[in-house]
Amino acid sequence: MSSARFAGTERYVATEDLMMAVNAGITLGRPVLVKGEPGTGKTQLAEEVARSLERPLFEWHIKSTTKAQQGLYEYDAVARLRDSQLGDDRVKDIGNYIRKGRVWEAFTSEVQPVLLIDEIDKADIEFPNDLLRELDQMEFTVYETGETVRARHRPIIIITSNNEKELPDAFLRRCFFHYIRFPDAETMQSIVEVHYPGLKQELLREALNAFYQVREVPGLKKKPSTSELLDWLKLLLAEDIPPEALRASDKRAIPPLHGALLKNEQDVHLFEQLAFMHRRNAR
Amino acid sequence: MLAEFFFLLRKAGLRVSITEYLTLLEALRARVASVSVDEFYFLARATLIKDEALFDRFDQVFAAHFKGIEQLFQAFSAEVPQDWLQRQAELLLSEEERQKIESMGGFEALMEALQQRLREQDDQHHGGNKWIGTGGTSPFGHSGFNPEGVRIGGKGGNRRAVKVWEKREYRNLDDSVQIGTRNIKLALRRLRRFAREGAADQLDLPGTIESTARNAGLLDIRMQPERHNAVKVLLFLDVGGSMDDHVRVCEEMFSAARAEFKHLEYYYFHNFIYESVWKDNRRRHAQRIPLTEVMRKYGPDYRLILVGDATMSPYEISYPGGSVEHWNDEPGQVWLNRLLRAYPHAVWLNPEPEQRWGYTPSIQMTRELMDERMYPLTLRGLDESIQGLRRPVAVTALAGAPEPAP
Repeated sequence: MSSARFAGTERYVATEDLMMAVNAGITLGRPVLVKGEPGTGKTQLAEEVARSLERPLFEWHIKSTTKAQQGLYEYDAVARLRDSQLGDDRVKDIGNYIRKGRVWEAFTSEVQPVLLIDEIDKADIEFPNDLLRELDQMEFTVYETGETVRARHRPIIIITSNNEKELPDAFLRRCFFHYIRFPDAETMQSIVEVHYPGLKQELLREALNAFYQVREVPGLKKKPSTSELLDWLKLLLAEDIPPEALRASDKRAIPPLHGALLKNEQDVHLFEQLAFMHRRNAR
Repeated sequence: MLAEFFFLLRKAGLRVSITEYLTLLEALRARVASVSVDEFYFLARATLIKDEALFDRFDQVFAAHFKGIEQLFQAFSAEVPQDWLQRQAELLLSEEERQKIESMGGFEALMEALQQRLREQDDQHHGGNKWIGTGGTSPFGHSGFNPEGVRIGGKGGNRRAVKVWEKREYRNLDDSVQIGTRNIKLALRRLRRFAREGAADQLDLPGTIESTARNAGLLDIRMQPERHNAVKVLLFLDVGGSMDDHVRVCEEMFSAARAEFKHLEYYYFHNFIYESVWKDNRRRHAQRIPLTEVMRKYGPDYRLILVGDATMSPYEISYPGGSVEHWNDEPGQVWLNRLLRAYPHAVWLNPEPEQRWGYTPSIQMTRELMDERMYPLTLRGLDESIQGLRRPVAVTALAGAPEPAP
């Protein structure tokens, strides 16, 4: 058990329920599962927790090909076979061919670390189940050497998911769960304030208006998210676009520098169609 | 108090486990949450509920259970402000209704009745039922006056006192997934089509042996990509009207399909396929998606599954303007044919019992259009339909009697 508490940082706006889930996870030493739309700062959460509690961060990014075992360790049998054919001396010690995974590294950390398991839903359906024991008992055995690795400090585990697959019940039961909702206009304003302090109020208001309008458009393949808004604002600032230009944009329905918000040609096309219909109706 | 809450959650269909309940107690003991009811709510939600689609149901149970107890926390006043109700009602009621109100003994009496009704709704809701608008004969009902709207708004007038769970912000997410979908999942599993795609990360043993032999015995590793389920499914679901009787089985089918296929796209329609469909039933009139758009977006490698009872007037299929909801320029059968041409691997699943199909002309017509690929929405029917999906549909139905493809 740990007494550290997370309360957001100057770079990251945490809502009350998010803090509650994270603190519950820290206190009871259980994983926190964070879901939400892409671009709402799930991955960043782990970085900020590590930073604010001054703990080392171990990131394990999951791909569709990742196996649970790879987080613990990998035994490079192929390298050993090659070495044996070439008569290398290293071949006699099997330990030379065991490569530590991120979980192992986190287990051996001197102080309590933060372990991020990013996008767990990308992996195979069985992946979370394969990690159950390791996350529960915080130990595992290396079969090749018979060594048992035990966590020196129970890591703070943060797991993110994009909801591409449903996760198994047995796994969910062991986690605290938080769903990052898309921020409302008020929270969004404070998020922007954190990233671009002193942004002209008028520009911000118009930009947020335009942004939420874009999100409201039905049938978008990918709705722009917080991270895209922040990029867009950066561009607007760099190009020194006046707030008036944004206001005019809802007449023409396509905002300036929309490339930062709309990420595929179908969406841009949809927008152009809407803009066209808008002009026609206005006439 | 907490044990009771736990059982209420289970009664409402939330599968909260004992482990999770114990975790909550442990967290409370460790003082993760202080005395504030908000903090307790967040902690309970993070511990007990693991799917944002179920947040709304959790909110409802939470609200129902902690209604009397919240005074302990001394956080809020529970009354709906009278003047607010009055303002809202005046906004919503028509002239006619206002006269009716007069006949019922004036506004005060009506408001009392309304508050009474609100309480009743809460109690009923205890049992896990959904809040629905009061019936057609109710003085509040037909104008779309939503009792729950009053409650929320009522609190809203007093801004600080808005309770998170009463806002019910997760309403749209609840897809009412039923448990016991395992059989359906197993049936759908037959549709799997494995293909080797993506990164080569598995040892190709025969390939390795062969190329090592060619390499004079020096090891030459060959890799190949892993097998994945590559099937893609496009699901069209009929909603509303006569489909209401089949909601449960359709929900089961839908949630099983969602869990089983990585590439699953779903759309809703009413009675028959016309020029547009929609993704969100709450906004079906505002957010329609043209069918041509759907056909453009998803390639012909998608398997098409239509779920509907196909029970309607034959005009709705064969005549322009036949739709019950809007004016359609082209008859539904033209659109269905277009869809079938775009996705030749298609089946229609019908929740109506098979014996009744012969007595409903519209089912017969749809069956012909579908080249006889209509199956009952039962496990057996699902199994058969998956066989049906393997062969392409012969789309000649409009020209004359179709010959099934060999």
